[in-house]
Amino acid sequence: MTGRSLRQKLFVAALVVPAFVVLFGVVVYPFFYNLVISFSNMSLRHIRDWRLIGLGQYIRVFTEPSQPNFYSVFVKTVIWTAVNIFFHVLIGVFLALVLNQKEIRGKAFFRALLVLPWAVPQLIVALTWRGMFNYEYGAINLILTQWFGLPAVQWLKQPFEAFCAVIITNVWLGFPFMMVIALGALQSIPRELYEAADMDGASWHHKLRHITVPLIRPVMVPAITLGTIWTFNNLNIVWLVSNAGEPSDQTHLLVSFVYKAAFNFYRYGYGAALSIVIFFILLAFSLTFMRQSKAAENVYG
Amino acid sequence: MGEPGRTRSGRSALRILASYAVLGVFSLIALFPVLQIVTISLRPADRLLSTSLEVIPKDASLANYIALFTERPFFLWLANSTLVALVVTFTGVALASTCGYAFSRYAFTGKRIGLLGLLVTQMFPATMLLLPMYIMLVMLHLINTYLGIVIMYSATALPFCIWQMKGYYDTIPTSLEEAGRIDGCNQFQAFQRIILPLAAPALVITALFSFMTAWTEYVVAAQILQDTDMWTLPLGLKSFESNMGSEWGLYGAASVIVTIPVVILFLSLSRWLVSGLTLGSVKG
Repeated sequence: MTGRSLRQKLFVAALVVPAFVVLFGVVVYPFFYNLVISFSNMSLRHIRDWRLIGLGQYIRVFTEPSQPNFYSVFVKTVIWTAVNIFFHVLIGVFLALVLNQKEIRGKAFFRALLVLPWAVPQLIVALTWRGMFNYEYGAINLILTQWFGLPAVQWLKQPFEAFCAVIITNVWLGFPFMMVIALGALQSIPRELYEAADMDGASWHHKLRHITVPLIRPVMVPAITLGTIWTFNNLNIVWLVSNAGEPSDQTHLLVSFVYKAAFNFYRYGYGAALSIVIFFILLAFSLTFMRQSKAAENVYG
Repeated sequence: MGEPGRTRSGRSALRILASYAVLGVFSLIALFPVLQIVTISLRPADRLLSTSLEVIPKDASLANYIALFTERPFFLWLANSTLVALVVTFTGVALASTCGYAFSRYAFTGKRIGLLGLLVTQMFPATMLLLPMYIMLVMLHLINTYLGIVIMYSATALPFCIWQMKGYYDTIPTSLEEAGRIDGCNQFQAFQRIILPLAAPALVITALFSFMTAWTEYVVAAQILQDTDMWTLPLGLKSFESNMGSEWGLYGAASVIVTIPVVILFLSLSRWLVSGLTLGSVKG
């Protein structure tokens, strides 16, 4: 008996230890090292002779009168996340509903086309859209002027327009994920439910509210949580479309703001502290959202 | 109102027509930027910046593709990217398939905190690990090495891969191993011969995820790989884009070459992707 349980222990250890050693080296240790750096004055000038300075970097995060400052970037990040997730879910679920109708032919074909934005590497998405937003030669302005007779827009040189440009790019990129999830959820709803509702003469919005929404909800809630975290943390699109925050650092999310502080200005202590702050914002969000949606689930029964 | 049957069928015909219109419009929107890349790649050198919206440009040529391989170190970047992506994929699959299995089947010290930790890493902003790892790599003289970049990518991909594999193993009934054990397999054989083949879809998704991370990643590579000879494809691509006036065609051609394998993989695996997704796991 003991021989067997010892053998089992060895087996589990053989399965777990390699991954744990790697995770310790690339996740756990760096995490605590980051924590230490955030309490220090480390920068390019003080990369070896750094010392602990307490909460100085955290105070700097919240009070530094930089242009832009923490609060304006934070507000922008929240707007960015909310607008993106709203359109991702709206377009994604809408297309899934359209695609899931039994009369539609060529489902696989449409699905393949509609999934394309997700399949193309983000770097190429970002750089190609940046080209498309070019004032003189970009396809967006050419379409606006040649097809609709509208004036061309200076997309990348003005703060508001540049922010719209990154959002448009990311909405394009993100709706397929929600569509695929919603489609999977819709396909698992038994047809009989709708047929029974039809017999009772239920209207389409009645069916949507009382069958579709409650039944895809359990799948959509984790997807939306994950989508929110990814969108909040998406460095690629904002960094590459706005070319590192142009015009004059007006197009930043918190992640691109830290990346610039750490790697363009070499402010390691400050960057580490800001990373920790962002992490806690996301942790608080996820815990609240998960708890609330669980509460809502209980209400639905 | 007198003939509900007819108005209802008329209305449903209209609804289907509208549905096709919606699908058509959104498919075009999804396809358009991809076509743009192809268009740019086919433009001759004297018409890189053009105000025409044709999909196949006038005087289309493959000159950009040829220049990519003959005048630029594109082949070297391709080889670098393939090497890094394969190593990352292999490590990711090997570590995640074993560790995920233990998380799914056995009780051991640190299991709860380990699982919680894997979830929490998903909330790390990109710089949370990038910054300390960068400083560590500087100290260890691993900047500008393939080992350095492979370590960085493992940090990003591994937690998610383990979580995903664990989720998939959870759906496979334990009675299968028990049956195997009765037939005389030991624990390892039960895992290797019975469970691992059944977990093929999850292994494929894990491999795809690891591969895509390494094949298309830019912001991390930009900090780690400094010599042009060490670059991976994304770094080369970005350098073409920076000279939009003169190298825009090279950018288009390189993008087409980088994108094609990824899109083919993605579309052919998308059926498995959905089953993986509904278990709460995805590409990043």
